[in-house]
Amino acid sequence: MFTVRSSILKTLISSNFSKFKYFSTLNNEIKVCIVGGGAAGFYSSQYLLKHLPNTQIDVIEKLPVPFGLVRYGVAPDHPEVKNVINTFNKTAQHPNFKYYGNVSLGKEVTLDELRKAYNIVVLSYGSEIDTLLNISGEDKKNFMSAREFVGWYNGTPGLEELNPDLSGEEVILIGNGNVAIDVARILLTPVDILKKTDITEYSIEALSRSKVKKVYMVGRRGPLQAAFTIAELREMLKIPNVQTIWRSADFEGITSDTVTSLPRPKKRITELMLKSLQEAPKASSDDKQFLPIFFRSPIQINGDSQVESIDFSHTVLKNDRAIATNDVEKITGQLVCRSIGYKATSVDPSINFDDKNGRVVNKHGRVLMKDSTEIDKGLYVAGWLGTGPSGVILTTMNNAFQISQTIIDDIKNGELNCDEKKPGFDYSKFRAVTWDDWKKIDEKEVECGKKLDKPREKIVSVDEMLKLI
Amino acid sequence: MFRKILLNYRSINNFHKTIKFDIKYLTQKRDFHVSLSKLSGEYEMQDPKSEEEVVNVTFIDKAGRSIDVRGKVGDNVLYLAHRFDIEMEGACEASLACTTCHCYVLDDYYDKLPFAEEKEDDLLDMAPFLKENSRLGCQIILTKELEGLKVELPKATRNFYVDGHKPKPH
Repeated sequence: MFTVRSSILKTLISSNFSKFKYFSTLNNEIKVCIVGGGAAGFYSSQYLLKHLPNTQIDVIEKLPVPFGLVRYGVAPDHPEVKNVINTFNKTAQHPNFKYYGNVSLGKEVTLDELRKAYNIVVLSYGSEIDTLLNISGEDKKNFMSAREFVGWYNGTPGLEELNPDLSGEEVILIGNGNVAIDVARILLTPVDILKKTDITEYSIEALSRSKVKKVYMVGRRGPLQAAFTIAELREMLKIPNVQTIWRSADFEGITSDTVTSLPRPKKRITELMLKSLQEAPKASSDDKQFLPIFFRSPIQINGDSQVESIDFSHTVLKNDRAIATNDVEKITGQLVCRSIGYKATSVDPSINFDDKNGRVVNKHGRVLMKDSTEIDKGLYVAGWLGTGPSGVILTTMNNAFQISQTIIDDIKNGELNCDEKKPGFDYSKFRAVTWDDWKKIDEKEVECGKKLDKPREKIVSVDEMLKLI
Repeated sequence: MFRKILLNYRSINNFHKTIKFDIKYLTQKRDFHVSLSKLSGEYEMQDPKSEEEVVNVTFIDKAGRSIDVRGKVGDNVLYLAHRFDIEMEGACEASLACTTCHCYVLDDYYDKLPFAEEKEDDLLDMAPFLKENSRLGCQIILTKELEGLKVELPKATRNFYVDGHKPKPH
């Protein structure tokens, strides 16, 4: 018991100490605006509300509804991952937290206006365009990005009209990260399983008519460089009535010696791939097929108006990079999704944006001035918008916590002066969606879901969301 | 009603060793899982009923501070950390879908734990700073055998600011 007390004592001492440090700002509420209500925005809010006394946080979000990729990216058949929303809900209950949905930076408000209204602005609006292959034919019908396909089945406003044509038997996924695996799993999982999730009803309807039998997932490099992770692969191997068929040639040269010398994560996933490769396929002509292919890089998209096939060049690895050779393989597919990464965009001309790398120019989360190495004081970037789009929720959480701690340190060290009393921004002139408004949308979605025996049926149209308020 | 559920939940927790697989099986079933997750953390908020129940645990937090706490048999280490305000997240609420409660089990306590199930190992493979003694906090349930358990939070953010060290840009 004593030890617990002493730790409480320590906390008390340290909090008094920090009060002393914060003294200059204590009388004044620090106004923070967080742009983007996804995981990075909520985790930043959570950390700041806990560790920075006297803070008022306003989160603005482009869509009426919160949670970003937790709502629109996480696969519908992974409901446990969405439990994190409970933590976000707790943050939203904090008296110093306010949510304004349906407010876009660069449209309703400019960055300059926000800078004037707040002591601190954190940009955390994520990455929402995808990297192109930059080969001809990417505009052909039924050639789309995995991001769009995921947005379609997850009900991202604006993507409900994507109407992917699922009448062909073969689908090609270019890129082999977990997003590609998600798409493969949704295409191959029996609809009876999916319809109990919060997947949109219209995509269930389309998937139930799907003729897709084979899903190729093509990577430029080899099995040892595959981007998907073991949990996702194992799920694929367990889908009922789906065979996973590997090409043994792709595994040439991967001996038991190579495998033993790998670091644990690579070792376990390679062992799983080899085990699956060695297992004789449980042949049944009715089974659907998942076909991972390695060492192939797309060079041409074929077809008249709709995609029909892709030419891939064979590749060899050189210093861990895929180098194209002269050998070409044609793979037929009537639906093709590219899934080779996301990119952020600049939504306001004042943002110091690195177009090439698709992220805000920053140093450890502190945004830099344009064409300068100097820090733009009071402006920060958290999540994918600052780091580039990769990693799981833990990565984003750690990043958001680190950036928030940077903010607190900058105030403590006097690098960032928050003495000036800021008014905050008046969103009443817009049709801003408050947290209570979102709760109404949320309730309606859950209610509609109940009728369909699903956790929720998402409302996809923004107009319809706003009608409920 | 609530009390009854809570009591059931507690008895499940107390006898977790004998019926561990049943719990795992049950938690996969949606409705049971929901009721469990709602209650998660409530059991840990209670003080030990007797000294016999007590299991002392030392957490080493992200800043390297040692924090000694009194847990009890049946406590889930993730929720025990929450009770004492130790910053171990638990984004998926112990449903084995994330790695936010990744921790290191120090000394010989690692060997005293039941083996990680496949799913936990799969998730650990995604955790940054994976080590031989890595586990997910939400999968560690206290038993008398674990008296003195030492759990360290990973360095992901540790010493980030304390000693002026700055990580490499991404």
